[in-house]
Amino acid sequence: MNSVFRIYTFFALTLLLVTLAFGLLATWAFLYPEAYNRFLPFYQLRPFHVSAALFWIISGAVAGVWFYKKEEFPKIRVSELLANTFMITWMLTILSIFGCYAFKIFGGREYWEFPPILCLPLLTAWILLMVAYYIPWYKSSRPKPLYVWMWSTGIFFFFITFIEQNLWQIPWFRYSFLREVTVQWKSNGSMVGAWNQMIYGTALFLMVKISGDASIAKSPKAFFFYFLGLSNLMFNWGHHIYNVPTAQWIRDVAYIISMTEFLFLISIIQGFKSKLDEQRKFKHLITYRFLIAAEFWVFMNLLLALGMSIPAVNRYTHGTHITVAHAMGTTIGINTMILLGSFTYMLGIDNKTEYSKRVINVFYWISQYSLGIFWVTLIVAGIIKGYRTTVLQMDNFNEIMKPVFQAINILSYAGIGLIIGLGTISIIYLKEIIKKKQRILEYNNNIN
Amino acid sequence: MARIIWILLLLTFITSSWLIYTRCDEKNISGIPDEHVKQGWKVWQEKNCQGCHQIYGLGGYMGPDLTNVASQKDKGPIYMKVFIQHGTGRMPDFHLNDSDVNDLILYLAWIDKSGKSRVPASAVEWTGSLDIKN
Ligand code: HEC
Ligand code: HEM
Repeated sequence: MNSVFRIYTFFALTLLLVTLAFGLLATWAFLYPEAYNRFLPFYQLRPFHVSAALFWIISGAVAGVWFYKKEEFPKIRVSELLANTFMITWMLTILSIFGCYAFKIFGGREYWEFPPILCLPLLTAWILLMVAYYIPWYKSSRPKPLYVWMWSTGIFFFFITFIEQNLWQIPWFRYSFLREVTVQWKSNGSMVGAWNQMIYGTALFLMVKISGDASIAKSPKAFFFYFLGLSNLMFNWGHHIYNVPTAQWIRDVAYIISMTEFLFLISIIQGFKSKLDEQRKFKHLITYRFLIAAEFWVFMNLLLALGMSIPAVNRYTHGTHITVAHAMGTTIGINTMILLGSFTYMLGIDNKTEYSKRVINVFYWISQYSLGIFWVTLIVAGIIKGYRTTVLQMDNFNEIMKPVFQAINILSYAGIGLIIGLGTISIIYLKEIIKKKQRILEYNNNIN
Repeated sequence: MARIIWILLLLTFITSSWLIYTRCDEKNISGIPDEHVKQGWKVWQEKNCQGCHQIYGLGGYMGPDLTNVASQKDKGPIYMKVFIQHGTGRMPDFHLNDSDVNDLILYLAWIDKSGKSRVPASAVEWTGSLDIKN
């Protein structure tokens, strides 16, 4: 495994640590602005936190795809070279972005709050990655299992949505504010779908490896849910902007498509018993534990998301911390868990001593319980704000927020739990990346 | 078979994107932004006001939603000016010059004309959908 990839995986995992640290700082700045406004105001910490989270997820997703695709595609030299150039450009641009934030140089949109010129190197890097990925993909004559479809879909749609996300720079898109908001959230919403394709693809790949059952990546049912996911990627983003007075059909299409996610829910409930059997078989594997945690959080977040996707309910939840619960519940509970599972597998953690695994297990459970409290507190904060704003029709912002602060206070303690849990696991994994030097990430761990 | 479904979905995606770009706001009741509004928009982004404030409920959650602050009763331009020019204990003072402050107010007033952020109960339909007109 080449050293650029090693540095890249190290970088990606470090972004998770950065996310955690800035998340906690942002929470304190939210609670005690008088103390933070002079040196580290919330409006500076939030971009650090949110962009680090975003880049952790995308970088981690690419790390997985790039590592596992070796099994599927022929090795092509030029493709390796391009991928290395992608990784270096990508990392340097992210560092420049943090440099801008450090000097309070902003200029973009929510989640992408850096000067838009930096989108150019990001886009260039991504195009290199696409070439590096699609050449061997095209040359491979083997039948492509579903996870390859998912990786390819994710990489392609990230490209599309990234461009769409930048359309605001063409004046015509800003002639109407409603168009501008609509296009922004169309692209943001679909982009989440794009990285989910990459990450769920990796989860499926790992399940195939763990169970040794390749048929799960070929079954018609799996393909059915892939297409359902793809339709949701394309058409369900409208739930972000139900309250925006755009054309009525945009709301209705999003509502109908979002409701198809009930099928995911039903499928999870149906599969519950077989999951229990599966769990008995594989629970000694840390990789599997992260995957099963992600499944649990899929279920919980799906319940919340389905609720929020009903426009009449969204009227109460929109613009409250319930949205944040949804955002962090999914980015931490689903994406981060699968990515940590993927790192566990790449680093061969399952082959380590029982003792090391037990240590990881302890921090794993600290993470899960902290996230549980974290998530519930955000929902409670959201319900309070929604009730006071929409039911009581209160107008005074400071009055509305008073009880919300109490909830956010509890959140900060759960945040410390998350830092201890996820942070320690990340540090253990970072050490593994350093320790393994040459041998690292050799693709030979037979984890059964 | 899977390939055909994929291509059909992609074509639908392209068509729907086109329709959304061109048809999502046919009336454009707030009109095309003038130079002041554009400048206000720029300052809004450069100072990262959206890090703390929401427009149509979207943004950071530390401060209030500003979609309709320009036309809310007891609020409006002078009220906004006080906040933007000096900040508060919770909102930082950005030391903006007069012209940037005015442009920010014009930008927010332009947004205000595009519609209401809060959806009235009367807009809820029996299907659970919302019927919003601006
Ligand atoms: C660090 C977070 C933060 C940032 C950044 C911020 N604000 Fe605020 N703003 C607040 C808070 C909190 C309030 C609520 C008033 C208070 O302090 O009690 C507020 C209030 C306001 C109000 C009055 C709203 C009302 O309905 O009473 C306006 C107008 C406003 N801000 C505009 C802006 C603009 C324009 C910017 C960007 C230049 C900005 N704010 C940046 C936190 C912020
Ligand atoms: C110590 C743990 C963490 C704390 C205390 C924390 C805290 C916060 C805070 C205060 C916000 C801003 C909410 C607002 O605008 O009011 C936020 C937003 C966000 N966080 Fe975290 N966070 C933590 C961990 C994470 C992790 C690990 C991820 C994902 C990898 C993540 C992803 C996000 C995202 C995507 C948002 C944007 C939400 C939105 O406004 O839509 N956070 N977080």
